[in-house]
Amino acid sequence: MARTVTTPRKLINTAFAWAVGLLIFFPILWTILTSFKTEAQAIASPPIFLNFDWTLENYAVVQERSNYTRFLWNSIIIAGGSTLLGVIVAVPAAWAMAFVPSARTKDILLWMLSTKMLPAVGVLYPIYLLFIQLGLLDSRAGLVVVLMLINLPIIVWMLYTYFREIPGDILEAARMDGATLKEEILYILTPMAVPGIASTVLLNFILAWNEAFWTLNLTAVDAAPLTAFIASYSSPEGLFFAKLSAASTMAIAPILILGWFSQKQLVRGLTFGAVK
Amino acid sequence: MATQHSRSVARLMMAPAVVLLLGWMLVPLTMTLYFSFKKYLPLRGGDLGWVGFDNYVRFVTSSSFWPAVQATLVIVGGVLAITVVLGILLALLLDQPMWGQGVVRILVIAPFFVMPTVSALVWKNMFMDPVNGLFAHLWRFFGAEPISWLSEASMPSIVMIVSWQWLPFATLILLTAIQSLDSEQLEAAEMDGAPPLKRFFFIILPHLSRAITIVILIQTIFLLSIFAEIFVTTGGAFGTRTLTYLIYQRVLESQNVGLGSAGGVYAIILANIVAIFLMRIVGKNLDA
Repeated sequence: MARTVTTPRKLINTAFAWAVGLLIFFPILWTILTSFKTEAQAIASPPIFLNFDWTLENYAVVQERSNYTRFLWNSIIIAGGSTLLGVIVAVPAAWAMAFVPSARTKDILLWMLSTKMLPAVGVLYPIYLLFIQLGLLDSRAGLVVVLMLINLPIIVWMLYTYFREIPGDILEAARMDGATLKEEILYILTPMAVPGIASTVLLNFILAWNEAFWTLNLTAVDAAPLTAFIASYSSPEGLFFAKLSAASTMAIAPILILGWFSQKQLVRGLTFGAVK
Repeated sequence: MATQHSRSVARLMMAPAVVLLLGWMLVPLTMTLYFSFKKYLPLRGGDLGWVGFDNYVRFVTSSSFWPAVQATLVIVGGVLAITVVLGILLALLLDQPMWGQGVVRILVIAPFFVMPTVSALVWKNMFMDPVNGLFAHLWRFFGAEPISWLSEASMPSIVMIVSWQWLPFATLILLTAIQSLDSEQLEAAEMDGAPPLKRFFFIILPHLSRAITIVILIQTIFLLSIFAEIFVTTGGAFGTRTLTYLIYQRVLESQNVGLGSAGGVYAIILANIVAIFLMRIVGKNLDA
């Protein structure tokens, strides 16, 4: 419960917390602000904070010069596809482990998690080689599969913790009334599981969107998502602060908005239920 | 309870996920092991035969091995220290009654959702650029000579960038743990006249110990394999070549697959040592 404190104390807390919050947020704020400046204003000394001539020019230039929408589209397909595929594979598995647990369920869950701990660089060459031989290098399909596999343990785990919260008695009652397995899943479990599945989809979409090992190493031109698009700005000759900021803002804006909705799932999804 | 029939259905439902993950684990792992015992240079002669443990020995005796270990330790250790200490302080602060708590929390969490390449690039150019970066302006404002942060103070710079990315994660988990603390216990201690510092060290910190352990373990696993932050900022130069980056360079840049694979096996072993501790805690929690 909220403790009662004196107003001055609350005032101090508020001021201090806001100052710290803004300080942490500042790099993002600064990037967004710079994206609306001209290149000259972006490097002005002393730096201009707010009183500059706001312009959308950088956004137009970035789109025109590097075809931003193509990278955006790749990001959406790769993150969306891998998440969707992962959920399709994970829902039955998590359902089975939550409602028909056996002596080995716990071991299987922990083993699945352990595959998530495999360092990507340790298997970089084999995957690279397989991709070459299967013609998957620089293809969206290949990345969809790889990102699905690296996020699958988290998806299974999150769904499992959500499904376990569904009371088993309801299922028993439905079975008593003669519901078939299909009816049970369709009419009872699905409605109760939808919020958990939605949260899982949200968090894993974000993780896949931001993944920057496989997306950098397995793409070149055709399948490059936004992570690779931004990395291409790291060469010194492309050093234009305002355009860099516009490109960065476009790459993070969609996910920042989604991220704010997923704060709660973040704890559940990334600590594997170990912190509640 | 569960019938024989429902058990076999359950097994069938688990099969796709289990088979996929088993394949994902075994196929590349076997290949890495296989390559690690070979002299294999795809661009300079290809498969040059078996060499036993040669690659394993050469990997740890090469002149770049110990610097890479050191860089890895400094980054993991530095980021852990910063994020855990600041994370506890931030979580305590965010737990206080205030106006606009939700908004402040969003501001603090936001960096976690910024993709690694963006945060690396924004820090590198807009903050750490020796001429036009904000730090350079700040230094000049105070009459100091700006330095080229990413080359002259490369490690602190990288630790700072990565800490900024991971501070939200630590804060959020520690905040969740603090909020589960029984406030009556704290009030009782307050009534008994325990000063704030004592309350922190004897009630709050012990309560947080498990959450702190989890933050440390999970972050260690992710920090051991940071890649994009180094790829974009220094490309492994100026003493920032971590083990992960060293292996990446051996495998893809110099295409010495045998040597890189041996390094990969070391990385896998290292990650597994950390993972075992994490699994124990998670497993215990599963029973509860």
